[in-house]
Amino acid sequence: MTAALELEHVTIRYGGVRALADTSLEVLPGRVLGLIGPNGAGKTTLINATTGIVPLSSGHVRLGGTTISGMAPHRIARAGIARTYQNIRLFGALDVFANLSAGAFARPGRLDAAHAKALLERAGIAHVALDARAGALPYGDQRRLEIARALAAEPAIVMLDEPAAGMNPTETAHLVDTIRAIAASGIGVLLIEHDMSLVRAACDRVVVLNFGEVIASGTPDEIAADPAVIEAYLGTESV
Amino acid sequence: MVAQQLVNGLFLGAVYALFAIGYTLVFGVLDILNLAHAAIFMLAAFATWSLIGAGVPLALAAPIAIGGAGLLGIVLDRIAFAPLRRRGAPNLIPLISSIGMAIIFGAIARGIYGPDERQFTLGFLQAPPLHAGPLTFTIVQLVILANAIVFMLGLAWVMRSTALGRAIRAVAEDRIAAALLGIDLERTIAATFFIASALGGLAGILTALQYNSVQVDMGAQIELKGLAVIVLGGMGSITGAVIGGFVIGMVETLAVVFGLSEWRDAISYGVMFLILILRPTGLFGKRTLRTA
Amino acid sequence: MTVLADFYAAHSKLIDQVGLDALLALSLSISLQAGQLALAQAAFMGVAAYISAILSLNAHWSLLPTMLVAALCSTIVAGLLALPVRRLRGIFLAIATIAFGEIVRIVANNLQISGGAEGLSGIPPDATTPWIYGTLAIVAIGLWLFSRTKFALAIALVREDENAARGVGVDVGLVRFTTLAMGGAIAGLAGALYAHSNFFITPADFGFGRMEQILVWCVIGGITSPLGAAAGAALLTILPEAIRFLADYRDFVNGAILLVVVLFAPRGLAGIRFGRRG
Repeated sequence: MTAALELEHVTIRYGGVRALADTSLEVLPGRVLGLIGPNGAGKTTLINATTGIVPLSSGHVRLGGTTISGMAPHRIARAGIARTYQNIRLFGALDVFANLSAGAFARPGRLDAAHAKALLERAGIAHVALDARAGALPYGDQRRLEIARALAAEPAIVMLDEPAAGMNPTETAHLVDTIRAIAASGIGVLLIEHDMSLVRAACDRVVVLNFGEVIASGTPDEIAADPAVIEAYLGTESV
Repeated sequence: MVAQQLVNGLFLGAVYALFAIGYTLVFGVLDILNLAHAAIFMLAAFATWSLIGAGVPLALAAPIAIGGAGLLGIVLDRIAFAPLRRRGAPNLIPLISSIGMAIIFGAIARGIYGPDERQFTLGFLQAPPLHAGPLTFTIVQLVILANAIVFMLGLAWVMRSTALGRAIRAVAEDRIAAALLGIDLERTIAATFFIASALGGLAGILTALQYNSVQVDMGAQIELKGLAVIVLGGMGSITGAVIGGFVIGMVETLAVVFGLSEWRDAISYGVMFLILILRPTGLFGKRTLRTA
Repeated sequence: MTVLADFYAAHSKLIDQVGLDALLALSLSISLQAGQLALAQAAFMGVAAYISAILSLNAHWSLLPTMLVAALCSTIVAGLLALPVRRLRGIFLAIATIAFGEIVRIVANNLQISGGAEGLSGIPPDATTPWIYGTLAIVAIGLWLFSRTKFALAIALVREDENAARGVGVDVGLVRFTTLAMGGAIAGLAGALYAHSNFFITPADFGFGRMEQILVWCVIGGITSPLGAAAGAALLTILPEAIRFLADYRDFVNGAILLVVVLFAPRGLAGIRFGRRG
């Protein structure tokens, strides 16, 4: 299934903090949208709002034209949105196959070994054993297993929350190929990242958040040259 | 007559409060529900009974038993909880090991004293009640209230004005930060168990005197009532345990006034259930619900 | 053959008890597998025991219909309990369910129809060993088949990480409700059988003490494994009898076993971890 994810004028307030203000963006099928911004800018809040964990104060989230904002998180997941987490949230005590089966939970029928291996391959960890305990895998493999779990749902949209955290440059370059391949299969990808080389290589478009507001959007080159973006990042990382 | 019942409720509430403080201290500091607390409550009562039987006057026997209860609390922690802390076990496992210790304590008591009820042969327990206007109370009740006030004030002083009290509060607030600040975690936890168990022991002695009965099962009811108190007061809050104890004590005695004595306990548990559903942090619970 | 027959004759009460205890342990293990420390099994058992006894005593029903009706009632009670506690976790869920159990016990203690504090007596002892073990076998097989379904995977996911489970499309509320209801049903069957294998029942039979016992069996047997839970029940029911010569030290040994298992083998006999760090 392919569908576009649209956030329209989404505002989120809780505990007196305005985490996200009048944010609009669009993730198209087959495209990769990067979401960057300093820490605390609202990036993870945006993912949490989209997946229904955090309620919207105003605005809408639509998937393929259907409004999903306000739906329970498990229904949103079933509608076709999958994600990975900033701090890995695998089912650590269960094995790799069980984690993939978990990812495919909302799909009819059950995952078989062949399909599971294919998922591992797409995520770049074909070497991992299906009966390995997920929590015992090396860090990089765990991150990729989370991606494989997300793909198991055959989602329309995948949201990756800092998948390159803790990876070295080689692993990061490998990740670019993985992400582009996911998009090429028709899935729309939202990528939150701090690693700018990954963002430039993997993303078609980039949206920049600061203090909960969109301050720039465009191609990676365009936003690299945007003075507002440079100012927001001044003193932190070079764009 | 309502005023009299309120007074009775005060004495009942005082014991509930002392017992519940023990629960809430341990929960506040360690997020553990210590179901061996009621066993220490019972053992202290038996220890006092034995000491008195051996000729030790009550004024000496009780403090010895209370101190012994405190030490037993430290032993309890070292056997049943400390090893699990080192391992980082989920919070429901210590609950179960506390049940194990409770069973062991109960077995020891049953082994030494058997299942029968024991009584004190202390003069003042048989003394005629005192009157103050329309109100009647016994010397025992006065003893209970006096002890309760003294110990609660003492605890308040410790918590507010001593380094130990500050350490306990810091560890309850944030264990990791407290350790970073140089607080000796294990010593603070041991001290917490000492205080909590000593108060539980005191509650046991007072209860035994009040009803002139010491028995292996004497902790069964208060074990669960104590839960109602800390839920009402807010788990982890000492103030909550005190106020909750008095409220529950009052509610129970007033229930008798209104002819609901068979449902008295159900009312306490009903209140407990409702609070958990509607406002799980209780009256004074500061922390938000942590998934324990 | 006569050796077996003699053995049975001498120990039939114990054998029946083991079967019932195993059923109760199974009933709790399902909630525990979902990471829910829902401690109301004794209450569900009690509700069913009383309903089954009342139907037999007052309406002269035979065992099977009383079992079915009683189990249905305990299932409904469990479902009703699941609603208000749906947002509670951990210790809070535990003590809410304990409170519920106490209320049920007090109600039974005060109502006429349940015989008040003296309970009910003269219940026809129809629940013979075949009935008990037959039910146990059916429940055990049913749970085994159930363990191969997707729903069983959902239960494990809820136990491991509730929010990640939602993220893959698991309806956590439904899982928690269903596991509680299933536990209520099985405890209900056990309750009806219990009533019909002991001649009398009193409210004290279904209090917190019983609940603690059931929890202990599950812990020792292996909290998240039904087989382990049943094994734990069997072990701890037989053990006191087997070591009867130790007389007063029985409880001590029980408590010591529990401690040893918790401290050194928290996975219990069946070796599966209980939940995750909070």
